[in-house]
Order: sequence, then structure tokens, then C-alpha cells
Amino acid sequence: MAKTKDLDMMSSSAKVKLGASDMIVRGFGYFITTFYALACIFPFLIILGSSFSSEKSFNANGVQLIPKEFSTQAYEMVIKGGLIWKSYILTILLTLIGTGIGLSIIAMTGYALQRKDFPFRNPISFYIYFTSLFSAGLAPYYLLMTQTYKLKDSYLAVLLPLLMSPWLIILMKNFVKSIPHEITESGKIDGAGDMKIFTALILPMLKPALATIGLFLALGYWNEWYQTSLFLSSRVDVKPLQYMLYETVNMTDALKNTVAGQYVVITDIPSNTVKMATAMLATGPIVLLYPFVQKYFISGITVGAVKG
Amino acid sequence: MADKTTNGVTTADIAVAVKPAKKRMGFFAKLIKYRTLTLMCLPAMLFFLFFSYIPMPGVWVAFVSYNYRKGIFGSKFVGLDNFMFLAQSGKLWSLTRNTILYNVAFILLGNLLAIFIAILLNEMRSKWFKKISQTMMFLPYFISQVLVGILVFNLLNYDTGFVNTILTRLGLERWQPYADPYVWPVLIVLIHLWQQTGYNSVVYFAAIMGIDGEIIEAARVDGANAFQKIRYIILPSLKPTIVILLLFALGGIVKGNFGLFYNIIGNNSMLYGTTDIIETFVYRAVRGTDFNFSTASAVGLYQSLVGFALVMLVNYIVKKIEPDYSLF
Repeated sequence: MAKTKDLDMMSSSAKVKLGASDMIVRGFGYFITTFYALACIFPFLIILGSSFSSEKSFNANGVQLIPKEFSTQAYEMVIKGGLIWKSYILTILLTLIGTGIGLSIIAMTGYALQRKDFPFRNPISFYIYFTSLFSAGLAPYYLLMTQTYKLKDSYLAVLLPLLMSPWLIILMKNFVKSIPHEITESGKIDGAGDMKIFTALILPMLKPALATIGLFLALGYWNEWYQTSLFLSSRVDVKPLQYMLYETVNMTDALKNTVAGQYVVITDIPSNTVKMATAMLATGPIVLLYPFVQKYFISGITVGAVKG
Repeated sequence: MADKTTNGVTTADIAVAVKPAKKRMGFFAKLIKYRTLTLMCLPAMLFFLFFSYIPMPGVWVAFVSYNYRKGIFGSKFVGLDNFMFLAQSGKLWSLTRNTILYNVAFILLGNLLAIFIAILLNEMRSKWFKKISQTMMFLPYFISQVLVGILVFNLLNYDTGFVNTILTRLGLERWQPYADPYVWPVLIVLIHLWQQTGYNSVVYFAAIMGIDGEIIEAARVDGANAFQKIRYIILPSLKPTIVILLLFALGGIVKGNFGLFYNIIGNNSMLYGTTDIIETFVYRAVRGTDFNFSTASAVGLYQSLVGFALVMLVNYIVKKIEPDYSLF
């Protein structure tokens, strides 16, 4: 045993030095990475802790990692208020419908645009790509959506604009490129039409791509608040989850609606902890789900990174 | 122009450069022959027609004094007055300066930190540790900007914020960042890094994983230590990725991250001096208290044109140094 060790030492004295610098880098690495990773989740932890605090203790002691006075009152009020469930249902519906439609269109387009024999593929690619180079800007877009399309206060104003983006279509195109062209050729020889080739031969091979792009779309719908803030006014009672959260935190009237009917006077509502509880309820599903799906996002980032 | 575009896109699809020799076909003959593939593209084409192309003539609103009842094309034409007003009031300059400076900081520090984290992750040997820490770093990317605003507020606010509860406990004076415009450039850059680094480091991590293992092994045999390995092998092989990512980021340097600024600063006009970017200004003019479509559109058009020119310039440069990566 001792002999082998000696032999190792003798075989290269450099190895000892190498070990030392490796140890330093690694030790430093573990320290920094742990610190940084904790910093990434820390803000969530203090909101989570505070959401289980009693309002009185929160107001006296401020934000707290571990609640001094444990209370589930805020959660009970938000849950009983009922508005958050309606927001949940709306957001889930928007996410499912939007992701379904968007993904179908993106997959079809991505496939057609990488078919080498399709003569219009360059002009159409450019037509789609150009929209990411130049846009009219917010003001003309807003006027068109509200005055010409009459989408003010319509859920369509949230659903439609998030269906696709040039980036996602290019990403899909890059994914489809990795499928050998021979598959399409073999389908053609068997006499299948383009649509048949796409649905029967290509789609089953696109599962990882569909998962990745579908998740990007779904994340977009789940986290949507921007189109809502532009187009859904106070006349719409039920808003997508993230905007409902925005209103609960920033507008007193909305806070009242969130805990509807349980208290008449605004000062009786444990407003700070209700805000925290709403934040946790609106974010919970994403936080619980993303560790299982992050590998698809990683593949999306690496496939689409440079050629974005 | 049409020819040039076609050529451009062909360069991008380098793998397709070999064109099969085909008989010339008329447009309609092609349309009939490839009707299925054309139809497959149609929904996407309609989408971009309705949401991107039809709004474009609306930029005319930047050249009129917009009147709600008369509509965009019925309002009084005022030429470049809207632009002149913005330029003379100094607004255009301060918005451009804020937007660009923030982006420069985001791009430089963001990439630096992402590379740093990616290299450290690569040095870790424990798979378990690597996985857990990457998952934790990725979390901020998945949450909505609304929640980011809430998290920041609860860390920093005067009455109940985390920082202030600690300061009080230590017997120190409370800190009031929401009344101090000068701390926000630093804070916003930190928040941006916090949210994006987990995501950005993936790109670099993948690039490091792509380095030929034999090169690293050979260096080890030659007695290179960990620092030398990083300095002489990993960093040089990341160079193309870094250059390309930086260049493309440069193309978007006049586009601001609206969600971040709006959710953190909101309508706190005390902080506008150091935190107002083009997007937040335009948003307020369209939806908020400073209601003015013509000014909003003038700023938006200016931003689009500068952005367009920058992307063109960047693409030209990328094409010179690394044609494979050019956009078109």
C-alpha cells in the first residue's frame, strides 16, 4: 500500500502541485456556488416564512425567515376569498389553449420552413424573422388592438399575442433540422402527402422539441401580466394569476376583492400577510414543477442560444 | 432587395447550400405543387401579419398630433415636431442614456458572472451538488416579473423589509432606498444578474462541456494546474461563444427589460431620473398618467430604427468574422 503511494509520488512530482491547485479551485468553487445558489432562493424563503406569520408579528418585526408567531390566517382568507381559484382556472385554461394552438402552428411552420425542396421557405423565413428586427412599437400596437380589433377587455387580447414568436419558430426549425431528410423522402416514396408525413413520421420524432417549446410557451402564459395590464381593465373581474397578484399587492381595492366579503373595513384585513400568501399561491405550481422540466429548458437554451 | 434577402437567408442555412437543379417553375405552379407546405405556414404568416405588420403603418402617429376622435390618419400632420419636442426637452437623451447604460452593465457583468459560474460548476466533481445548485440558480428565471418586484420590495422597503429588520436589530439606522434614486442603478443590475445568471450560465456550461476532453487530459499530463487549465484552455475555447453572444447582445442594446423596471420602480416618480428607460416612458404615455400617443410613438419609432440599424451592423460584423453564425 505504502509502496504504491511512493511510486505515485515518484512518477510525477507535478501531480502533487496539480492536486493542490485543484483543491483550491474546487474548494473556492464549492464555497462560491453554495453562497450564490442560496442567494438565488433566499428571497423566496423570506416570503414563504412571512406568509405564515401573524399580521401583528409581521408588522412589528418585519419580514422573517422563520415566523415568530405562526398563523395560517392569510392563506385561509385568500382561499376563502375565492378569487384566486377563478384566476387559477383562467390561467390554466389560457395556458392549455394557448400552448396547444401555438405549439401546433410552430411545429407545422418549423417543419415546412426547413424542407429543402420548399421553394418559399426563404421568403417566408425572412417574413417571420423581420418582425423581430423591426416593430411598430407599443403605441400603434395598442391603438390597433383596442380600436381596430376591438380586443379591449377581451381574453383574446391575452391569448393571441403570446401564441408564437420568431425565436420559437427558429428554435423549432433548428430542432427539425436534426431529423434526417431521408425520413421525409421515405414517406414520399410510400406516397404519403406532406401533412401525413408531418403528423405520422416527423411529429413522433419531435417529442423533445415539442416538450421544450411547449414549456417555453406555457411559462409565457403562466407568467403573463403585460398584455393583461395593457388590455384588461377593471371591468374584467377575473384576471390571469400574475396580474391578479400584481393588483392584490399594488391596489387596495383589488386586495379587498381577493379576500372578498370576509371583512368590510380595509383596516381589518391582514393586508401584508395576505399579499405574501397570494404571492406564494400564485408562484407555487411553477416552483414545484420546474425542477422536473428544467432539462427541457436547458436543451432549448443550448439549441437556440447563438442562433436566436 | 428581394434577391439580397434570399441570398442572406441561404447563407444562414449553410447546410442547404447545395441546390438541386430544377426546372424553372412559375410562382403559381409552385404554389399549387407546394400547397400543403404553404398552408402549413399560413397560420403563422397570418399571425405576424395581424400582430406585427398591420401595426406598422401606425407609426404614422409619431408624425401627427394625435386626436382620439379623428384617428391616426385623420389627425393633424406635424412633421417632426414630436421628435423635436423630445430632443429639446432632453428626454430623448436621458432615456437613451439610461437604457443603454443599464444594458451595457447587464451584458458585461451578466456574461462575466455567467462564465465565472459555468467554470466553477465545471470544476465540481459531485454530480449531486452540481445538479442541486444549478436547480437553485435556475429558479429566479422561472418566476414572473411581478413576483420579482414583490421580492425586491420585501427585501428593501423601509418598514418591514428584510435589510431594515437586520439593520434595526444591529442597532443601525434604517435605510430608505425607495427614496434614493442613486442606489438603483446598482440594485437593478444586481437584481437582473440574480434573475438571469442561472439561465445564461447554461450556454457557457454547454460550451465548456463541448471542449474536447483529450485536450484537457493532455494539459494535465503536461502538468498544467487548475488555474492554467482555465486560463489557457477553457477561456480561449469560450472566446467564439463570448464574442458572438456579446455582439448579438449589442444589437439589442436600445431595447430595455420593461417588466423588470416597471415592477421594481412602478410609478415612483422620485426614482425616474436614474431608472426611466424607453419602455417605461412609452408605457406611461400609452397606459398611464402621461397619456400621449404621439410622443410614445415617436420614442418607439426612434428606438425601433436605432435597434434595426444596430442589428444590421452587428450582423455585418458577425458575417465578417464568423459567417456560420450570421443571422441572414
